[in-house]
Amino acid sequence: MAKIWVVVQQREGQLPRISWEAVAAAQKLAAHLGGGKPEAFVLGAGIGLAAAEVAKADLAAVHVADDEALRTYTPGGTIGVLAAAIRAGRPDYVIFPHTYQSVDFVPRLAQETESGLLPEVTGFAAGDGGLVWTRPILGGKLQSKVKVKGEGTVLVSVQSGAFPADGVIKGEAPLQPLAVDPAGLRADREILGYEEVAGEKVDLTKADFIVAAGRGVGGADKMGPLEELAKVLGAEIAASRPVIDGGWLPRDRQIGSSGQTVAPRLYVAVGISGAIQHLVGMKGSSVIVAINKDPGAPIFSVAQYGIVGDLHEVVPALTAAIQAAKG
Amino acid sequence: MRIAVCIKQVPNTEARLRVSRDGTWLEEDDLPFVINENDTFALEEGLKWAEATGGEVVVFSLGPDRVKDALLKALAVGAARAVHLADPAFLGGDALATGRALAAAIRREAFDLVLTGSQSDDLRFGGTGSIIAGHLGWPHVWLVMGVEVEAGHRTAKVTREMESGVNEISRVALPAVLEIQAGINHPRYASLKGIMAAKKKEISRPTPAELGLDAAAVGAAGSRLEVVSVAFPESGSGAQMLEGDVKTAVAALVEKLQKEARVL
Ligand SMILES: Cc1cc2nc3c(=O)[nH]c(=O)nc-3n(C[C@H](O)[C@H](O)[C@H](O)COP(=O)(O)OP(=O)(O)OC[C@H]3O[C@@H](n4cnc5c(N)ncnc54)[C@H](O)[C@@H]3O)c2cc1C
Repeated sequence: MAKIWVVVQQREGQLPRISWEAVAAAQKLAAHLGGGKPEAFVLGAGIGLAAAEVAKADLAAVHVADDEALRTYTPGGTIGVLAAAIRAGRPDYVIFPHTYQSVDFVPRLAQETESGLLPEVTGFAAGDGGLVWTRPILGGKLQSKVKVKGEGTVLVSVQSGAFPADGVIKGEAPLQPLAVDPAGLRADREILGYEEVAGEKVDLTKADFIVAAGRGVGGADKMGPLEELAKVLGAEIAASRPVIDGGWLPRDRQIGSSGQTVAPRLYVAVGISGAIQHLVGMKGSSVIVAINKDPGAPIFSVAQYGIVGDLHEVVPALTAAIQAAKG
Repeated sequence: MRIAVCIKQVPNTEARLRVSRDGTWLEEDDLPFVINENDTFALEEGLKWAEATGGEVVVFSLGPDRVKDALLKALAVGAARAVHLADPAFLGGDALATGRALAAAIRREAFDLVLTGSQSDDLRFGGTGSIIAGHLGWPHVWLVMGVEVEAGHRTAKVTREMESGVNEISRVALPAVLEIQAGINHPRYASLKGIMAAKKKEISRPTPAELGLDAAAVGAAGSRLEVVSVAFPESGSGAQMLEGDVKTAVAALVEKLQKEARVL
């Protein structure tokens, strides 16, 4: 009987949607492999309410490590608790949401517990000789199908959006306190504080129209035609991360997992390949237009309309055509 | 400070990609390779701190013979030496196997700091640095957007990017492994002099046995993951492509935006 665990991430008592997606993935995996319901783990301090929320899912148990020592996340603390649990319980799979926090500690947890590591999966299916997992590679341009070999636990993280949270099966799970052994927690990082990244001045979440520039634009000096397109559309200018890193636009215009999440009526992605970290910030837009010279760019899979071509030609032509249409 | 920087050579994803005949990787003939983007920032950060503290950077990479180009580039911008894990036994590994091999190579020398990129653009495991740290028993930080080595070189103040536009500031004891995120600095370009000098710098190629590793514990043999296939995602649910010359395509787009999507 397969033993499946899911580690739910909470922040200040709140459960982000991706934590529910991880629960949905664990339930789906448990159903697929047959056997018992998954068991969940929640770590933190003063997390009674969050744990009670998790317990409304159909799970065998919710283990709650509620301890002052776990109030602020550190990898040493988290690994201390989970490594002890994994060594004692020997689960087959432990599911995590794929977040900046989980990537900070899961690989090392795998190394320390001699578990397998399978990051950022988007799905699984039966194959010959066991489960076959799907994960995006090469910036999402290709998908890799992988199998796990060898014995022992495997730590799996699920990509945002891959296992919809509304797939969580409701139920009633018993809450079980998980004792925390302070001697097992490693002080590997002294937290000095948290700071806002260059205070978000421009609020792009209210924009109806956005023209977003990607690395394909080619430089700060090549932004002019995009600004003109934005002007005829009455749009805000935004960008993917490399444009911001290159200093072509200020940080407060970044869209994506490290930037703003927007859902305008129209999002025009220009010279953007469509990496997952960008897509999570804009895929909720009503209409997405992609302009890219590469017909295989992943951005075309989330766009409604696409033009394959050189943006330096397409953008001025589009500006002129919109201007003409608006009269 | 003595600083180890781990770099990976990855396919340039802007190139035309073709799946290899056995279906588990890309056709490598004519495929252009580059240094993984995040790793170029790790290298720059390493060079910066080596210069500031009067030390040196040793660059490490695991991969086939073609990786020599990447190492020469790293040597051209200022790394002192390179260690290339090129033995076929090292190849085809998952993050755990690759991390084990790199840690064994790094362990042979005394370093104050190990820098890696936060993740590779091709396989995206995002954990090789943390796994190296686990083997060495050092602290690690993933997704680093700021490094400040403190006086005495015993500690560093590290900025870690979190979701939702917030950074965590922490202090870690050195030696440590820091996994660097793109955008932390501005990687330098090689000078002609640097390119010439690189040709004379040492690139060593230790075998698993020389690193005290069992060949079965590294590479594909030492991995828990096995690639069944790689493939382009099925298209279908994707965009309506507006074809024709530029003028025709943009005219069709404007009409769609007006009449179908009704956003103009
Ligand atoms: C932890 C983490 C967090 C991240 N957070 C974010 C984030 O918040 N936001 C974000 O955007 N990214 C983020 N990234 C980076 C992300 O993974 C991608 O690297 C990035 O989104 C790529 O940006 P891009 O599409 O502009 O560039 P590329 O991927 O380089 O794509 C450029 C595109 O331009 C096209 N192009 C080039 N020239 C032309 C031309 N003349 N005409 C038409 N098309 C052309 C190319 O075909 C290509 O598709 C993050 C990465 C990590 C690891």
